[in-house]
Amino acid sequence: MAAVGPVRTSLRILRLLPQVVSHRLQRCHKHQGTEPGYVCDFSSPLTSVQWRGFRSSHVASGQVLQFKLSDIGEGIMEVTVKEWYVKEGDRVSQFDSICEVQSDKASVTITSRYDGVIRKLYHDIDAIAHVGSPLVDIETDRELEGAPEEDVVETPAVSHEQPLPEIKGQKTQATPAVRRLAIENNIKLCEIVGTGKDSRILKEDILNFVAKQTGAILPYEVQKTQAPAVITTDIPSKEKKSFMAPPAIPRPIFTGKDRTEPLNGELHSFSVFTFDQEALYIKISSIKKGFQKAMVKTMNAALKIPHFGYCDEVDLMELVQLRLELKGLAESRGIKAQLHAFLHKGAGSHFIIQNMYTKLMASHNIGLAMDTPQGLLVPNVKSVQSLSVFDVAVELNRLQALGSAGQLGAADLTGGTFTLSNIGSIGGTYAKAVILPPEVAIGALGKIQVLPRFTSRDDVEKAYIMNVSWSADHRVIDGATMCRFSNLWRSYLENPAAMVLDLK
Amino acid sequence: MILRLSDLNVISKSVRLKSTLTTFFDEIGKDIIIKSSSTGIYENLALEDWIHDYVDLQNRNILLLCRNSPAVVIGRHQNPWQECNLPLMRRLGIPLARRRSGGGTVFHDTGNINMTFFTSKKKYDRHRNLTVVTNALKELRPNLDVNSTDRFDILLNGHYKISGTAAKLGRTAAYHHCTLLCSVDRSLLSSVLKSNNSQVIKSNATPSVPSPVKNLMDVDPSLDTDTVMEAIASQYKKEFDFATPVITVDPTHESLMPGVHKMTRDLLTWEWVYGKTPKFSVSTSVVVDRVNITLDMDIKNGKVERFDIGFPDGWLPLEIVNEFTSTMNGSRFCPRETAVLLSAFIRTNSLAADIAEKIHRLCEGVISVM
Repeated sequence: MAAVGPVRTSLRILRLLPQVVSHRLQRCHKHQGTEPGYVCDFSSPLTSVQWRGFRSSHVASGQVLQFKLSDIGEGIMEVTVKEWYVKEGDRVSQFDSICEVQSDKASVTITSRYDGVIRKLYHDIDAIAHVGSPLVDIETDRELEGAPEEDVVETPAVSHEQPLPEIKGQKTQATPAVRRLAIENNIKLCEIVGTGKDSRILKEDILNFVAKQTGAILPYEVQKTQAPAVITTDIPSKEKKSFMAPPAIPRPIFTGKDRTEPLNGELHSFSVFTFDQEALYIKISSIKKGFQKAMVKTMNAALKIPHFGYCDEVDLMELVQLRLELKGLAESRGIKAQLHAFLHKGAGSHFIIQNMYTKLMASHNIGLAMDTPQGLLVPNVKSVQSLSVFDVAVELNRLQALGSAGQLGAADLTGGTFTLSNIGSIGGTYAKAVILPPEVAIGALGKIQVLPRFTSRDDVEKAYIMNVSWSADHRVIDGATMCRFSNLWRSYLENPAAMVLDLK
Repeated sequence: MILRLSDLNVISKSVRLKSTLTTFFDEIGKDIIIKSSSTGIYENLALEDWIHDYVDLQNRNILLLCRNSPAVVIGRHQNPWQECNLPLMRRLGIPLARRRSGGGTVFHDTGNINMTFFTSKKKYDRHRNLTVVTNALKELRPNLDVNSTDRFDILLNGHYKISGTAAKLGRTAAYHHCTLLCSVDRSLLSSVLKSNNSQVIKSNATPSVPSPVKNLMDVDPSLDTDTVMEAIASQYKKEFDFATPVITVDPTHESLMPGVHKMTRDLLTWEWVYGKTPKFSVSTSVVVDRVNITLDMDIKNGKVERFDIGFPDGWLPLEIVNEFTSTMNGSRFCPRETAVLLSAFIRTNSLAADIAEKIHRLCEGVISVM
């Protein structure tokens, strides 16, 4: 083999790094066919600086190696390839997962033995692979990076000349800088959870761990005393060296960082919230699928409607008292008495809704804007005009239960003619609600506040004031119509007895 | 106290909060038996994964025992739509989990014992582990007819399956876990593990092999989960020759097991539970006003990749069909997402009532398979 010659002459130089030599020699012997232009290149300057694991970014131009399926044990001779974690052209590091194979109820994760670039996948999904046959071709890099295969015992002294220590038998990955930071803080890498690619330990992980360990942000000196005896001696000497540095001010270790993430179906709300000390900003522009897609489409259509708003306040004193009286009765019938049932029914009594084609809908299906774990959903109560307040309450309970379980069906979500949003149950007074097409109006109910009001006899009395904000489609509804509707609805609520008169 | 020792002898060291569970294990000894204090399926699966990933198993054997509140667990490469009755599970609030090991679908409830045997990859030996279980049962009741098969099941009276097995092999370590039926709700088990849609689904996912099952308590009412778990623990200690008492661990304790919280959350995501289903296709039909409409879908990574409706000419305007098809393409194969998409579709396309009705019925047909 032409390749062996240059290997032998470079052997003396390579003896500095035994693992490297055996690695390379093994590969050369296994290599079945030489590629045209193949060079076993060991002529790069072999100073200790080069081999301390400096990462150089250049294209892999080493040899292409076949990575074979190794023995799985229990006498298994073949497996089914179930999933590939890499594709041709991907760069992999040693210990990265390559694929998942299955044999006889056992699922096996195959990890890479080399660093390099994947050049060929030998099997499709669901194909049978035999033990000892090639799985992938990997083109290895010229320079070795990362951890060698053998386990290296942790060395206590830290000096710039020696290669940085490994962890006993663990497959943790970390750059040399991160390893140094771990040693300085007396942390075993095996105890840290890496958040980098394939559980690689990053600098932030070390800093987070330190912050958690010491309970809070402590000055560097205090951390030192908690460490085991082995390495402490180094640290005071290091500090003495840095006499040029400013006086040791306790510096808080701030590990928060901004992070943008595409919106996926799992995030519950569109607000910014802090999570594990980081502010999570949600990038709305990458909305593509499902729920968010539906929301964007609906709101884009809503934009075309010329909205006008109309607000008013309602005194719910009578209704609050009525609800308290009826609470016991409702519970005995198995539902929660809700103020909203009255508001909902009140809206249904006399409103005729027209959709985009000025269609008069026979059935008043009043929708309820609901904040569910998925986000905003608007199921509706069908035919409110023919339901009693109790029936409406039952329906509302049912829809709320389905909503929080994430089980609202298509029938409940379609066919609405009008919507009420009880945003006040979360908070707020006035709102500018967006009409959901093809409806022509929407109402947003603020929270109930206890406020002083003048009575007709010029006394000041306690009143339960709720603000309502209506939005309507000005192509179909004018201000006067909206005003009259609102007044009528308000009169029902301020004097529930009157609602009884008109109940169908 | 996060860690409790359930035996009163031997260890008198105070269990102060160590930095992590691994350092605690190093102190305690070589081989260990752990019991989980939680009955949450995702938490216990995450605990398994954490031990597999972060504990050094080269010279150590660990047994993990736990029980879960009702849940269905499918194997790594299985298709949940084919394996279990998802609409029933949704109605009853029974969660679905996908584990990382292979094998078939099982139903867990607190009458079922889960055992996970952690070893190094070299010492991976499923038959030895199953022998521990059968010997433990025979110690308790010498007349009990329990035997393990070469498919790694355990059969009672030569016929009824009381235990199923699955395994996961990593780079240097492996685990073998299995179930054991003591007092499981069998009628719930059989109704939940029967899918109504297996005929319309075509896939290469690992199919489950249904078997007749029985509870240990059916043959001997004194064999409840606590008794059997103790027996297995003592047999394991005999087999691997150690005497350290059983340790109880709370799988939600993040500082003891850094990273377990994220592992639990990863197991909960739709992308893992449903999205990891191997590619499959659905062919069904729905009758709308005596017209037969065919529906063909290809689903990859849990999302609709191709959506074709077969209908007679003129039944629906072509633009509407195309618009609806493009809405469905790329969406999750999930009933609530489809319901939301449908309502948005109907809102944003001004449809005549009869067309809206047809689209509605079409969707119902699609949702019935999900």
